[in-house]
Amino acid sequence: MVGAFLDNVDLVIIAIGALVGISASLLGTFLVLRGASLYSDAISHSILLGIVLVYLISGDVHSPYQVVGAALAGLATVYLSELLGASKRVKQDAAIGLVFPALFALAVLLINLYARDVHLDEHAVLLGELAFAWLDVVPVGSLEVPRSLLTMGIITVVNALFVTLFYKELKLAVFDAGLAHALGLKPRLLFYALLLLTSVTAVGAFDAVGAILFVTFVIVPPAAAYLLTDRLWLVLLGGCLIAVMSSVLGFHAAMYLDVSIGGMMATITGLLLALAFLAGPRYGLIARFLRLRQQRVQAHVRMLLVHLYTHEHEAEAEMENVPRALEHHLRWSPRLSRAVTAIAQQQGLITVEPAGQRLHLTEQGRRMAQEVLEPWRRI
Amino acid sequence: METVWDVLTDFTVRNALLGALLLGTLSGVLGTFAVLREQSLLGDALSHAALPGICIGFLVAGSRQLWPLALGALVVGAAAAWCVLLLTRHSRLKSDASVGVVLSTFFAGGTVLLTYIQNQQLPGQAGLDSFLFGQAAAMLPSDLWAMGAVAAVGIGLVLVFWKEFKLVTFDPGFARSLGWPVRLLEGVLTSMIALAVVIGLQMVGVVLMVALIIAPAAAARQWTQRLETMVLLAALFGAASGAAGTLVSLVRPGLATGPLIVLCATGIAALSLLLAPRRGVVWRAVQRRRTRAEVESGRVLVDLLQLARAHGDENYASAQGMINAVYGADAQATLVRLEKEGLVRPVAPEHGTGRHWHLTPAGQEAARRLLEGRRDGREE
Repeated sequence: MVGAFLDNVDLVIIAIGALVGISASLLGTFLVLRGASLYSDAISHSILLGIVLVYLISGDVHSPYQVVGAALAGLATVYLSELLGASKRVKQDAAIGLVFPALFALAVLLINLYARDVHLDEHAVLLGELAFAWLDVVPVGSLEVPRSLLTMGIITVVNALFVTLFYKELKLAVFDAGLAHALGLKPRLLFYALLLLTSVTAVGAFDAVGAILFVTFVIVPPAAAYLLTDRLWLVLLGGCLIAVMSSVLGFHAAMYLDVSIGGMMATITGLLLALAFLAGPRYGLIARFLRLRQQRVQAHVRMLLVHLYTHEHEAEAEMENVPRALEHHLRWSPRLSRAVTAIAQQQGLITVEPAGQRLHLTEQGRRMAQEVLEPWRRI
Repeated sequence: METVWDVLTDFTVRNALLGALLLGTLSGVLGTFAVLREQSLLGDALSHAALPGICIGFLVAGSRQLWPLALGALVVGAAAAWCVLLLTRHSRLKSDASVGVVLSTFFAGGTVLLTYIQNQQLPGQAGLDSFLFGQAAAMLPSDLWAMGAVAAVGIGLVLVFWKEFKLVTFDPGFARSLGWPVRLLEGVLTSMIALAVVIGLQMVGVVLMVALIIAPAAAARQWTQRLETMVLLAALFGAASGAAGTLVSLVRPGLATGPLIVLCATGIAALSLLLAPRRGVVWRAVQRRRTRAEVESGRVLVDLLQLARAHGDENYASAQGMINAVYGADAQATLVRLEKEGLVRPVAPEHGTGRHWHLTPAGQEAARRLLEGRRDGREE
């Protein structure tokens, strides 16, 4: 069965994309919530320096020390940025933007100078090529497993273990770093561990999908999930789901349009985020707009009820409690008064006399008007 | 001498050099506002968003001329800035996540369009991906004109709206209370980052452009407290890094210009962070050492005077051990320094062992003044 799966190129490509997505968004959830998501962008650029330096020392593009070099480069980026920010000479965001382009530029320059002939160019690092990821295989037992699938599988397991084991600590460190520190949980150390894993994941992801898709998977799925829910574990789960969905949809869209698979997967995450932003149940733009409109209508209805209630037993009731009076006294447009009357009637709060168009409160409508005018009577 | 001149007047080199100067100047000026308004990384998002803009420009115009590509980059860059604003204002995402979302998805869209264009076998699309890292050598005189026009627009806007931009940068609340259209002005300032990005497409590419927005401005910030000076310095630093990077890239064929320019700009920023007066790290360290030495000298002088007075003679020579005991630490280094300044003098011990020290008249005068100052301070 495993053999059949490995023979299915499409499935393997989707699986690699999904694994990158899951491993990245597990870590990304905490980065996004902590407000440190742009470190993933910085790391994904500067790991190139680590990779190049290890290559120059070892002469091997696929040496296992790559992970070490890249992880160190990633941590160095974060450390330098934090140091620069803490010195108060530049703001934190400018500090990030000063450090990583310099390291990346240095890496590109080193490639220019010493590594022209190898397959290690900055374009590949940025963009990757998921379509060929299954070609590069390593033997595992009797099976030939694509290298990216294997590395991303291992990394996903490690990240999932990290998040599960330190769930409580990570949660506290993200939401209340002060308390975490007071309890002796070392939130800073945990943060650096998180970024170390981010660097390692970036190295694993970079030859499969490229740095940019990696950054997308770190930031966008958790951000989209965060727009949908308040529960941390749901954000984690939702992020993974969105990542998997993006891989599947992105792959098919890329096949259909004949474009970059990784790029399409990342684009789909963006579209899903846009969807969550617009149509999310509680925080979505549309939901909020509808809620606002609902509230506005309800306010008008209440106004109508109060108006009818105050004039109900007066001599002018004949004059006041008719649609025309609404236009004069409440300064409503004919359209608005028609609409509000209809809604109030629909809700069973008023009745309309067919002949004189007189408006009468129902028992329920009267109760509601009393509640507005004399809320202290409500029991 | 003549060979250097030949190189500098070479067609390609001259174009690249002029382009680099234009780019450095404009990105320095506009970067100043971005850095001061804490929008540095928005520059990163806008520069990445230029990639889909370039592709759309190419698809619409059907050729690789700089004008349509730049226009596409500008429009999509503005759209990206608007998306960041929308996400920050109307969603629960923090600003860093908004920037990250826009940066990564726009760039991903760019790569999709790039592969689409490549697979369509459209004519004239060769080297569209050179905009990732820039290709200074491919610059044409017509590109230079386009860049010059963009730079003129950018700098012209800054000059015309100088007062407005200044106030919006430092005190938007006050600007709003004056009835100024703050939102609009902020929008213009933000979109102008896209102008700098557009001009940098050809030289450094979309990936590294953010460094050229941040580094010159961050460097200039270290040297001055005034916006006028900062803008001028940033322009100067930007132009210098542009020129230096371009010239170094000539040393050996195959050296990419963009990364070199970025490294020059970062180098200037690093030097400024270390050495600038008042704010520089080294400058501060020297200052701190000097202050510490001053405090130490003062304390030793006062201790010596009080010891001498306790013996009823201001010229009394105290044993160094006694001085150390009163001072609370080893005073040797401070005493030697004071001796060099002519404030204390060592004498051979009359009795006991170890060196003895007494104040010179100048030292007595200084110690007395310090002691009085101390007493005045206590009375207040």
